[in-house]
Amino acid sequence: MTYELLGGTLIGLAAGLLWLGIGRISGMTGVLSSLFMWRDVSRHWAVWFFSGLLLAWPLYLLAGGEAPIDMTGNQLLLVSAGLLVGAGTYIGNGCTSGHGVCGMGRLSVRSVVATITFILAGVATVALMNLAGGWQ
Amino acid sequence: MKHPQQYAGNLTALGSGLIFGLGLLLSGMNNPAKVRAFLDVFGHWQPELIAVMGSAVVVFALAFQFSKQRRTPLWADDFHKPTLTQIDARLLTGAAMFGVGWGLVGLCPGPALVNIFSLDPDILLFVAALLMGNRLAHRLAGPAK
Repeated sequence: MTYELLGGTLIGLAAGLLWLGIGRISGMTGVLSSLFMWRDVSRHWAVWFFSGLLLAWPLYLLAGGEAPIDMTGNQLLLVSAGLLVGAGTYIGNGCTSGHGVCGMGRLSVRSVVATITFILAGVATVALMNLAGGWQ
Repeated sequence: MKHPQQYAGNLTALGSGLIFGLGLLLSGMNNPAKVRAFLDVFGHWQPELIAVMGSAVVVFALAFQFSKQRRTPLWADDFHKPTLTQIDARLLTGAAMFGVGWGLVGLCPGPALVNIFSLDPDILLFVAALLMGNRLAHRLAGPAK
C-alpha cells in the first residue's frame, strides 16, 4: 500500500498547490476541454498544467522509476472506451480527479454522487465482461 | 507586459501538473490492468487503489479548508470554486458513460494523458478517441449550466 499512499499524497499535494496557488480545480476533464479553448486567456493555466503532466513520464523513467502499462490490444474496445470516457466526462463535468479528488475533498454532494456512479458503472462493466468471458 | 504574478501562476500550474503525474505513476493508477483489478469487486478484487483516492482526497481537503482563511490564492485574484451543484440526469448519464468506458479498458483521463510519452500506439489510439469524445459531446450537448 506504500506506493498507493505516496502516490495519492502527491496527487493531493498537486491539487492543493493548484488551488492555493491560482485558485483552480485540477480536474483532467476541465484541463482537456481547456486545451481546445486556447483563445480564452483565463484557461492558459491548463496548458501549463498539461505540459507538467506530460513531463512526468520522461522524468519518472529518467529517475529510474518503472511504469508498466498492461491493457487490451483490442482496437475496437480502445476506441469505444476512449469515446465513452471523453464524452461521459464532458457531459458529467468531471472525472476521477475533478469529482473524485477535488469534489469529494470539498465535500460536494454533486461530486460524491458522480464518483459513486462512475465507480459502480465501472464495477458493473468489469463484472459483465468477466461473465461474457475472455474480454480482457 | 506580463505581471510577475502571472509567471508565478504559470509555474505553479506546471509544477502541479508534474507532481500530479508523478503521483499517478508512483501509485500505479496509470496501469489499466491495476485499475481493472480494483474495479473487479466480484472477481479477483485488488482494493489497494482505494488508498490513492483516499489519501489524495484527505490531503486536498486539508488544503481546501486552509484556503477558506484566505481571500485570494497566492498568485491569482480569485478562487474559482465550481458553481454547479445540481444532481440531474445529465450528471448521472455522463458519470455512467464514463464509468463504462473506464471499466472497459481501465483508463481515466489523467492516466491516459500521463501515459502519452510512453508512445504506446494503443495509448495514443485511446487518447485520440478520448479527445474526439470530448469534442463530440461539446458539439452535441454543449457545456452544462
